[in-house]
Amino acid sequence: MRIVVVGAGPAGMAAARTAADAGAEVTMVDSEPEAGGQFLRGRAKFEHRGVTHLKNTEAWMVEGRTLHLRGPRQLRFDALIIATGAYDRPLPFPGWDGPGVITAGAAQALAKQGVTLAGRVIVAGTGPFLLPVATALQDLGATLVGVYEANSPLAWTREAKAVLANRHKIAELASYRKVLPRLETRTAVIAKHGDRVTVAKLDRHWRPVSHRTEHADLVCIGHGFLPRTDLVPNAKRTNDFLDVDDRQRTSVENVYAAGEVTGIGGADLAAAEGVTAGAAAAGRQPPPEAVEAVRRGRLFAQALSRAHAIQPGWKTWLSADTTVCRCEKVRLADLTDATGMRELKLTSRVAMGRCQGRICARNAADLTGIPFDGQRRVIAVPIPLGELADLPEETP
Amino acid sequence: MHPDVVVVGAGIIGAACAQALKARGLDVVVIDRHGPASGTSSAGEGNVLVSDKEPGPELELAKASRELWPELAEDAEWEEKGGLVVATTEEASEPLKAFAAKQRTAGVDACELTADEALAHEPHLNPEITAAVHYLQDAQLNPVKATKALLRGIRIIDAEVSTTDGRSVTTTTGVISCGAVVNATGPWARHFGVNVLPRRGVVLVTTPIPGTIRHKVYDADYVGAVASGDADLQTSGVVESTQAGTVLIGSSRQRKGFDDTIESKVLKALARKAIALFPMLAGVPVMRAYGGFRPYAPDHLPIIGEDPRTPGLWHATGHEGAGVGLAPATGRLLADLLTGGTPLVDPHPFRVDRQEVMV
Repeated sequence: MRIVVVGAGPAGMAAARTAADAGAEVTMVDSEPEAGGQFLRGRAKFEHRGVTHLKNTEAWMVEGRTLHLRGPRQLRFDALIIATGAYDRPLPFPGWDGPGVITAGAAQALAKQGVTLAGRVIVAGTGPFLLPVATALQDLGATLVGVYEANSPLAWTREAKAVLANRHKIAELASYRKVLPRLETRTAVIAKHGDRVTVAKLDRHWRPVSHRTEHADLVCIGHGFLPRTDLVPNAKRTNDFLDVDDRQRTSVENVYAAGEVTGIGGADLAAAEGVTAGAAAAGRQPPPEAVEAVRRGRLFAQALSRAHAIQPGWKTWLSADTTVCRCEKVRLADLTDATGMRELKLTSRVAMGRCQGRICARNAADLTGIPFDGQRRVIAVPIPLGELADLPEETP
Repeated sequence: MHPDVVVVGAGIIGAACAQALKARGLDVVVIDRHGPASGTSSAGEGNVLVSDKEPGPELELAKASRELWPELAEDAEWEEKGGLVVATTEEASEPLKAFAAKQRTAGVDACELTADEALAHEPHLNPEITAAVHYLQDAQLNPVKATKALLRGIRIIDAEVSTTDGRSVTTTTGVISCGAVVNATGPWARHFGVNVLPRRGVVLVTTPIPGTIRHKVYDADYVGAVASGDADLQTSGVVESTQAGTVLIGSSRQRKGFDDTIESKVLKALARKAIALFPMLAGVPVMRAYGGFRPYAPDHLPIIGEDPRTPGLWHATGHEGAGVGLAPATGRLLADLLTGGTPLVDPHPFRVDRQEVMV
């Protein structure tokens, strides 16, 4: 039984360990030099009997039961586990494409690498993820001007069931106590020009009701996450995230998914999904405690997606000349009348550049009212033509 | 609502038919299930070519279209970039020159170039080429913008058509009675009774390298691949830039129904042939691949005319990979025939009543 796991974050590591312990021959592929993913970047010491860890390796296409890797190199599998995680969704506002604005995820990655981001810093967006980012920046000596959460914490009062099932999450809040005094809710960064940052109080639809000016060198933004699902362009999904059954099976035969590709719920849920996927892929019953942890974690994930949902008022933050697509320099005014994503892309060039719409496509769809098509990309990462030319004649 | 004509399909061919009919003063409605240029039209490179056509009815249609396009494509990134066809082997050299000589007698601007002259036109071209012909008429446009330009002022209904008797169409949103119906559904045209099959094609897109490649450059064996009817994979090196600086790499032909999976063997073949033309491309990253379905008629000629079995039902399909290039003349010809005008070109070769077309 050959199992290939893509991604070495909490979900991928758990899946690889579990599948190997069940007797499968496991290869875990990851693009980073060390295991851990975004969450444990470089801090996970991964070594497990029966698991081959391919570091610094990017996977770019699934073809039948073959995973294509950069090189080129191919891995045959009986089961594939997608644990490729998610990345920040930044919402655009005037100045978001200028210097001094990065995603919260990028800020955290830099912080985990020990890069000092001194100076005056703002963390803004929505979701509990803003707190550890702010904490990490403060620990590195940054002056925290503010942590701005666009939603209201009162939304959580409607989520008692999810909260009670996940009391340990409340305890986690305590570890961010140093930044809590800087937290302002129903608040957002809606423009940045030089070091002048426009901070707005929002109504519940995220429409600004008042604003003030703050000074900051760096604004870190994160308005939730989008899953990295390019390897399975045809898998069924709901609101971008992969649909899985109680064994973590996707709609594609022999392909499982675990972790943030199925929904955002934190590292413990990701690991439990990894255990479930690893066991199921190896033909075993998933352990009941993992199944129970997935059930509880999903309650939390669903509550999180409700309490920290993006509200449509963000669209009023932009002006006609605000950049929507950074790669192709497409402004709001350049978005054309279109009935579908392909028509929109080919007439405005939005989402046609280097990032292939990973940053902007979803925002462009929301801004134009065009149904988002989930962005089927058949090549997951850019790959030189010379490497494609070296592919084997027949797929093994 | 009782329009004179209902055009089924809002691709480049349906749009050109609708535009030409409207220009005759007819009341035209276009129906499409996914919106303008959502199928084959947006899955190609937007080429307007005469270089790949041998003297005959299709070349006449292509030449007539080439005359009409510049005015129609004003807002559609129209670019008279020219085509450069090269032979990469000794054996391919003479046939390319002979083909170009034949085309010249049919009114095509085809200039033979020495290898040095070809390199002056395309500095990154593989210097090992054995022959080159420069086609001055070859051009390119943005097919989605061109389709939308043709459809300006024409009503588009968002629906799917299930049946038609030539005097009405039954759609998912109701029945529309009309004077005539045009089947411009491209590779899906078989549904309305003509033998059109999907022929798959895949295009690779690189990251932007503006100014590196200036013409549409392709291997002379492309003409053979187009003319072939083989169901198996055929590939040929076709390389050109877009105005955004990305490089489009084709072409592949494969008959496997509407299966849209991308196969690594197709990516490999396309990459190899592109590098054979431009060795520097080996280091350039591909950032996406897309595919589509050409409407293929087994005798390789478009189908333009009234269906003798169903009066009132007209077909405009079967343009395979040349729909963008042939669209304006197709629309004009169809409008000529439908309104009893003098046909733009001889319509006989494109008639519906052909042995391989009637199903």
